Amino acid sequence: MHLIINEISQDISAQLTIFQLRDRLHPTAEVIIHNGVPAHNDCALQENDRVVFIKRGHAPSASEFDSLLAARHTESVHNTLKQATVGIAGAGGLGSAIASALTRVGIGKIIIADFDVVEPSNLNRQQYFIDQIGLPKVEALHENLRRINPFITICPKNLYLTRSNIPEIFAGVDVMVEAFDSAENKAMLAQLWLQQFPHTPLVAASGMAGYASNNIIRTQHRLKNMYLCGDGISEVQDIYSLMAPRVGIVAHHQANCVIQLLLGVDPDSEEINYADNS
Amino acid sequence: MQIIVNSKPIEVAVNCTISALVEQLNLDIKRIAIEYNREILSPEQFHTTIMNDNDCIEIVNFVGGG
Repeated sequence: MHLIINEISQDISAQLTIFQLRDRLHPTAEVIIHNGVPAHNDCALQENDRVVFIKRGHAPSASEFDSLLAARHTESVHNTLKQATVGIAGAGGLGSAIASALTRVGIGKIIIADFDVVEPSNLNRQQYFIDQIGLPKVEALHENLRRINPFITICPKNLYLTRSNIPEIFAGVDVMVEAFDSAENKAMLAQLWLQQFPHTPLVAASGMAGYASNNIIRTQHRLKNMYLCGDGISEVQDIYSLMAPRVGIVAHHQANCVIQLLLGVDPDSEEINYADNS
Repeated sequence: MQIIVNSKPIEVAVNCTISALVEQLNLDIKRIAIEYNREILSPEQFHTTIMNDNDCIEIVNFVGGG
């Protein structure tokens, strides 16, 4: 009979129950998921059933992880994302969330740079933990990303990005992401990148402070090859600071924009567009 | 003369430079990226670029936060 076992299609010659299959293939498994639901009692397997055997704390192999991403995303989308390299300038509220999302979907290589250290005040919005306070952000982020998906390549760069080092650090990326905090740095990167790398799209962000409406946050095609995410107006001020939800919304606009660009979908379109990447 | 800024017509003085336009619009030169007739300008070009009637300018004004 045909079954999908730990995300891999397999033909099993006999008619088995779930527990018999476990004993045959994964005798040490402690948890069984049968068609999406935890299975506590034995029952007969049906054609095309989906079974996942889990041993707590045991990580899937690289090929198992690869298969499960391909099964989730389709083979062609998965292969395109896996071959991509994305650059991220900044590992704060935007960069840490963008890197997490792109790591989860299996982008092949992420180059991320920041000079900063995790501070207690960062934890209201940035993807770090209490026990990481004081660590360089890119080091803490590298550790967190490896816990999500250890099979992609992360290149952390613990340094201050400037006009002179940006070109060498990010040359060759397929999509560049601006995830700076200061407006001056955002403008510097936009101007530099669009001039020096006119054929590589830049995904930037502007306007995400506070708790204003979700619905004014947009992704727009601006300038020649830049996509700008945010509401364009909500600026950080003393009494109007950054908070996890809206920074997260903008970060995920940026991450989705990266995926769209890699898959050849127009990010500034409101059409419902299921990428046909075949 | 008239130029187009972010798809809207704007009146500026004859021989207006990009820097003068930025000032007229009350923008901070360090927080913007400008495309002049579809070409990105570097900040050094703001002073030296003199606009003509019907030129197209796109300005992105960044606000802080990230």
